[in-house]
Amino acid sequence: MVELAIKTSQLTKRFGDQAAVDGIDLSVPKGSVFGFLGPNGSGKTTTIRMLLGLAEATEGTIELLGEEVPKRIEQILPKVGALVEGPAFYPFMSGRNNLLRIDAADRFADQKTTEARVESALNRVGLANAAKKKVHAYSLGMKQRLGLANALLKPRELLILDEPTNGLDPQGTREVRNLIRSLADEGITVFVSSHLLSEIEMLCSHVAVMSAGKIVAQGKIEDLRNEEPTRLILATDEADAAIDVLKSEGLGKSRIRGLQIITEVENDFDVAKLAAVLVSKNIPIREIRLEKPSLEEKFVKLTGEGFEVVR
Amino acid sequence: MKLFAKSLGLRLMASELKVMFTRRRTWAMLAAIALIPILLAIAVALSSERLSPGEGPPFLAQVTQNGFFTGFTAMLLALPLFLPLTVAVVSGDTIAGEAGLGTIRYLLIAPVNRVRLLVVKYLASLVFILAGTFTLMIAGALIGAALFPVGPVTLLSGDTISIFEAFGRMALVALYTTVSLSGMAAVGLFISTLTTVPVGAMTATLVTSGVSNILGNIPQLEWMHSWLFTYYWLDFADLMRVPIEWSSLVSNLVLQLGWIAVFGALAYGRFTTKDILS
Ligand SMILES: Nc1ncnc2c1ncn2[C@@H]1O[C@H](COP(=O)(O)OP(=O)(O)OP(=O)(O)O)[C@@H](O)[C@H]1O
Ligand SMILES: [Mg+2]
Repeated sequence: MVELAIKTSQLTKRFGDQAAVDGIDLSVPKGSVFGFLGPNGSGKTTTIRMLLGLAEATEGTIELLGEEVPKRIEQILPKVGALVEGPAFYPFMSGRNNLLRIDAADRFADQKTTEARVESALNRVGLANAAKKKVHAYSLGMKQRLGLANALLKPRELLILDEPTNGLDPQGTREVRNLIRSLADEGITVFVSSHLLSEIEMLCSHVAVMSAGKIVAQGKIEDLRNEEPTRLILATDEADAAIDVLKSEGLGKSRIRGLQIITEVENDFDVAKLAAVLVSKNIPIREIRLEKPSLEEKFVKLTGEGFEVVR
Repeated sequence: MKLFAKSLGLRLMASELKVMFTRRRTWAMLAAIALIPILLAIAVALSSERLSPGEGPPFLAQVTQNGFFTGFTAMLLALPLFLPLTVAVVSGDTIAGEAGLGTIRYLLIAPVNRVRLLVVKYLASLVFILAGTFTLMIAGALIGAALFPVGPVTLLSGDTISIFEAFGRMALVALYTTVSLSGMAAVGLFISTLTTVPVGAMTATLVTSGVSNILGNIPQLEWMHSWLFTYYWLDFADLMRVPIEWSSLVSNLVLQLGWIAVFGALAYGRFTTKDILS
């Protein structure tokens, strides 16, 4: 049985008669980098608010780091760093003073190490040079970085990051990705919500997909992706002969796209063996490879094609 | 000692005051408060010949004879509208301002206990009121001394007190006014927990003091007058007698504590159960 950093059961939040979050069972293993996906308005931020005790659940239970929310919230939160619905700071104060302010609010923070912790958090997000600037003069990405610095003010066991790369430039995005990786390597559980599927794909070991308040898929990213068929892509000038070979190898129906023959195969399909057979039959091969299903395909399949927000 | 400071939340209090006094708005309001006695003194100095005793607001005639009356007169002028305006701005902003900026969610997950945050916010607004009333009295004393003769002060009761004692009375009036406004600050705190739009909370808070003033001026509503938080506002004149008439200070204190208790409880009830969705 894996230990869980976040566990919810039947977690529900209703606004009026709309269930923004509708009976979700999240299981986030300790040490994982957990991607929390879902289209706009699917309930990600609302879920995060409940996890952090900012909003009360209408129904259901939450456990964070093995303790009950909201009952033990004050004991839990010092171990949790978070970014919720974008960063928020006092525009008339400098970045550094904003962090000092939040640290002062934390009764459990060690006052002696405040300055050092603030400096190191600023360094970690590459904001040391802009620390003295007032926040109203910060760009969107700089505010986002400051928000991350705030989440890293203390050693944490769990990070809950709501769209951490929102507004960041490519360097910043990469830095954040590396940052999350290095934090994960330190053993910190990272729960990260995002729309950027490629980000999640590069970063996460686990994912959950939300759609209209419900979790429609959850688990290891590999398992989720493998639910979609792998494709064999074969490009050759002798398509007919090649298709005959594929049939004799027991493969299913093929599609033709230009020179390419596309066939669905098992995940552990042996390409080398097929290549050998083709070569032995003197069929020229321009290209042969397996295409792993992308997370994006799975995501669209799970949450629908439509661009309109569901509600 | 440190643990003691910690449990009292002095660090949060200090940080709260730092935020408040980093804002230009705070300094602008204090400057505007200081401007009241200054404008008053200048106006009186320019037109002193034409004012006969008994004309204009109380004390105004005395200003020309003794500059120390500037502060008291300015307080009379500032109490109905201007001081309540600054109190409305500060107390209406307490929670709604943080909610509007979104900083409240980061404070709460820092974590800071909601009750503690509420108490610190309220105390900080009292500190502002204290700063405001003292600013007014000090500015009054300075400009009065600059433009008019100063010396031992002859009070309403006809007794004369030394300059030194006059300073004591000034401090007393500033404290009295702080007490007077503390109930309104509690009302503002409660209203502030109701919204995420600080300007709305400020306006609503100012409206409550306006309504209270109006009700206090309707004779048919006599029965409720002594319950209004504005009821003793102008009675600081009682502090300018020899011996000092303490009864209005005591009644005022009791009344204001009542308002603080009621609206503090309402704010507590609202804020500790509120979903933070901003
Ligand atoms: N304060 C509120 N009052 C009423 N409904 C709300 C409130 N906040 C959120 N909702 C509704 O709850 C649903 C989920 O919103 P939420 O912010 O959790 O979505 P999200 O998944 O974070 O979206 P996004 O990707 O755009 O950030 C939406 O339909 C939204 O309209
Ligand atoms: Mg969101």
